[in-house]
Amino acid sequence: MNSIILRAGTRYLAGLLLLFSLFMLLRGHNEPGGGFIGGLIGSTGFVLYALACGIADARAALRVLPQNIAMAGLGISLLAGIAAGAFGDALFTGQWLFIGASGDDKGLPLSTVLIFDIGVYMVVFGSILSLVFAMEEEI
Amino acid sequence: MSAAPVADAPRGNGLIGLLPVALALALFGAFMTAVPTVAVGDPIRFVWEWVPSLSIALSFYVDGLSLTFALLISGIGTLVFLYSNTYLAGHPQFARFALFLTGFMLAMLGLVLADNLIALFVFWELTTITSYLLIGFGHETTKGRRSALQALFVTGAGALALLAGFILLGAVAGTFELSEIVTQGDALKAHALYLPILILVLAGTFTKSAQFPFHFWLPNAMAAPTPVSAFLHSATMVKAGVYLMARLHPGLSGTDVWLWTLTIAGAFTAVFASVLALRQNDLKQALAYTTLMALGTLTLFLGQASGYAMTAFATFLIVHSLYKAGLFLVVGCIDYGTGTREAEILGGLARAMPVTAAAAGLAALSMAGFPPFLGFIGKELKYAGALAVGSEPLIVAACLVLANALMLAVAGVVAFRPFWRPAGGVTPRTPTEAPWPMLIGPVILAVMGGLFGLYPELLQGALVDPTVASLLGSTEDAKELKLWAGVNLPLILSIVTVGLGLIFYATHKRLRNLLARADAAAPNFDRGWDQFLAGFKAFAAWQTRMIQPGVLRTYIFATFLTVLLAVGGTIALRGALPGLPDLSDVTAQNVVLVLLIVAGSLLTTVTDSRITAMAALGVVGIGVAIIFIVFGAPDVAITQLLVETLVVVLVAVALLRLPSLKGPAFGGFRPWDAALAVAIGTAVTLTLLAVVEAPLDRRLSDYFEVASWPEAFGRNIVNVILVDFRALDTFGEIAVVVIAALSAYALLRTTAPKDEP
Repeated sequence: MNSIILRAGTRYLAGLLLLFSLFMLLRGHNEPGGGFIGGLIGSTGFVLYALACGIADARAALRVLPQNIAMAGLGISLLAGIAAGAFGDALFTGQWLFIGASGDDKGLPLSTVLIFDIGVYMVVFGSILSLVFAMEEEI
Repeated sequence: MSAAPVADAPRGNGLIGLLPVALALALFGAFMTAVPTVAVGDPIRFVWEWVPSLSIALSFYVDGLSLTFALLISGIGTLVFLYSNTYLAGHPQFARFALFLTGFMLAMLGLVLADNLIALFVFWELTTITSYLLIGFGHETTKGRRSALQALFVTGAGALALLAGFILLGAVAGTFELSEIVTQGDALKAHALYLPILILVLAGTFTKSAQFPFHFWLPNAMAAPTPVSAFLHSATMVKAGVYLMARLHPGLSGTDVWLWTLTIAGAFTAVFASVLALRQNDLKQALAYTTLMALGTLTLFLGQASGYAMTAFATFLIVHSLYKAGLFLVVGCIDYGTGTREAEILGGLARAMPVTAAAAGLAALSMAGFPPFLGFIGKELKYAGALAVGSEPLIVAACLVLANALMLAVAGVVAFRPFWRPAGGVTPRTPTEAPWPMLIGPVILAVMGGLFGLYPELLQGALVDPTVASLLGSTEDAKELKLWAGVNLPLILSIVTVGLGLIFYATHKRLRNLLARADAAAPNFDRGWDQFLAGFKAFAAWQTRMIQPGVLRTYIFATFLTVLLAVGGTIALRGALPGLPDLSDVTAQNVVLVLLIVAGSLLTTVTDSRITAMAALGVVGIGVAIIFIVFGAPDVAITQLLVETLVVVLVAVALLRLPSLKGPAFGGFRPWDAALAVAIGTAVTLTLLAVVEAPLDRRLSDYFEVASWPEAFGRNIVNVILVDFRALDTFGEIAVVVIAALSAYALLRTTAPKDEP
């Protein structure tokens, strides 16, 4: 597709979508969102970019092979799950660290659950993009 | 496969070759230290928790039975490792071989020591897999690959039955610990599930221990390198089935089914195999069939419960492992020194290979059951055990006399003729004595056969009595191992055996020709196996042609038809027709939404433009997403919307390059498709109505609502479930996503190999 309007708009839209996807990923534990949804939104950004500017440009912008992102995500999720073993818990038990917590205020919550969700994000993101890119290139 | 001839004197394989020897020797030493404790009747038990929620533990139990096996495995293992270090010296894949064989030994030790049924099963399967790799070590040949696969399939199929049997057994007994299960013998035998358990367990043990009619894989497994055959297919793996039957003997034996199944299968296998053993020309094949005979005899004794039978079992187990492993190693030496294993060609080797000849002679005398060897004591006990059989002792004893006479003849063919009779042909290589690391094993094993024959009391207190105690609960009924027990019926039977055996040996060439003719006429199990596999493959091909012909529409039709039959069939059979739903709280908004979805679906089916169809399908998807929003499931709705968007993009990429939907292949009304669509819609609607009719079980959702914040620090229940409560499920799902994406990527790439990005 060759449209200047779409290309110009995509510059901003794709970036916004990526940012929004991270926002959805991070808020997912308390509000609608999470790794699955975040990954879907993020990949939409790149799909849009691919439609507007071509696959070659989209791949160049991504820098990394999408398959590798997906597999790295799977690895990160696995590590996040296994990490619980190091604390003597059953696998995939969430481990939490509340930075600056006082009383009822939980402060900044960091957890293996978040790392797990980031892995989910990368899996969804990478899988969709490897499919879309391959289809665009091959068909 | 035969050993690779090495021109200069082989020097072994360095550290890789010696490491397994050291490991096996250390294990043997460790087990020896347990002998005094176990001999006085104190079993040793270790437990590590593994999956406590399923009552699966890594528990190990060392009593007479398991210790006997452990000593045989590690002891013979030490000699075999030392032997193969020279036998396969300089082999390019020796490291792999050493790894497989060490892995096998450890798995086998785990199997005989495990006290937990599930742990035992895991070790059982590990021996199956390592033995597959070892039989297929010569994987360059079709024969090697076929034999390995056959062994894997036969024993693997049996193992599946075994797992089912174990689970039933564990459920009935209320525990997976063997040491507790075997104390519940009476309750088990009275239970309604006793027969299914017995059938399933015996299916596993008979395949593993190659009892008729599952015997055919064992002779083929001789495709493995000779040290492997000596270790796996004489002393250890094939005895795993025998071990398990012995282990479960206190819990399951004593019924008529047990008695007759084991007696008949064992006796038949013993006679059948020893007849076939005489027919073989290849020395290794002959030994393979005599192994079947031994396994049959051991099975036969396990059918009984008398003190004689159990003592005979324990003694013959040890006797057989000693002489059979020794003879296999001897055959390996012959192969190594002459380049052939054919009985017809070999002869006069005693001059060139004196040590091998001596070891072969000693082992063969034990195998043939001559005094003063342990084999003689074993044979006397066998006859005493057979005569003590509760029913038809004469038939059982006659079977054993016949089998033993044939064994004597085979011992002559394998260990006497090649060394002392004139050669029948020219061997590929000039016979030379094998190097010393290959001689140690056979010599030690053969000497032990004689030593224990002269001093049977060494064996009695250390291993035989404790084994009998494992089987019967006490050593009271254990019979004494005696070289000279006076003139009695067993002794007379022994003399008959020797006479018969000598006749068989003298006439073995003529018998072999006769047997070859009879064998050609009899049904061939090995060929039957090929036919079975071919039939199975043909069926799979036919089935694939029927339901996966390569036309996407047929796939979808088949899939939906299956769903319809499953769902609609259930509704029809159960008579679970739901009543009319309560429509009072349906709002106008809901009606509009549903109409939107229905209109979208209808438009998709009637349009002849692909882009219209896609857009209409998008309407359906977005309608569903709105329904999720209306009923308060924002996460699902967002996911649905996003997936819908991406699907439109993906489908558009593909579909827009296809021809239009106009034309004879697509146009027109397709009554079958329409009927299926309507039927499946109806079935799903009915199912949903029935589901809604039942009161909603809110226990889980209540739990998640309550626990989400205090336990997982999250307010979005859907996401908390995904990443915390059921994170393992999610992990499985994302693994599937990655695999699906990679497979699709690979499929897309195969059509047009372009340069890799």
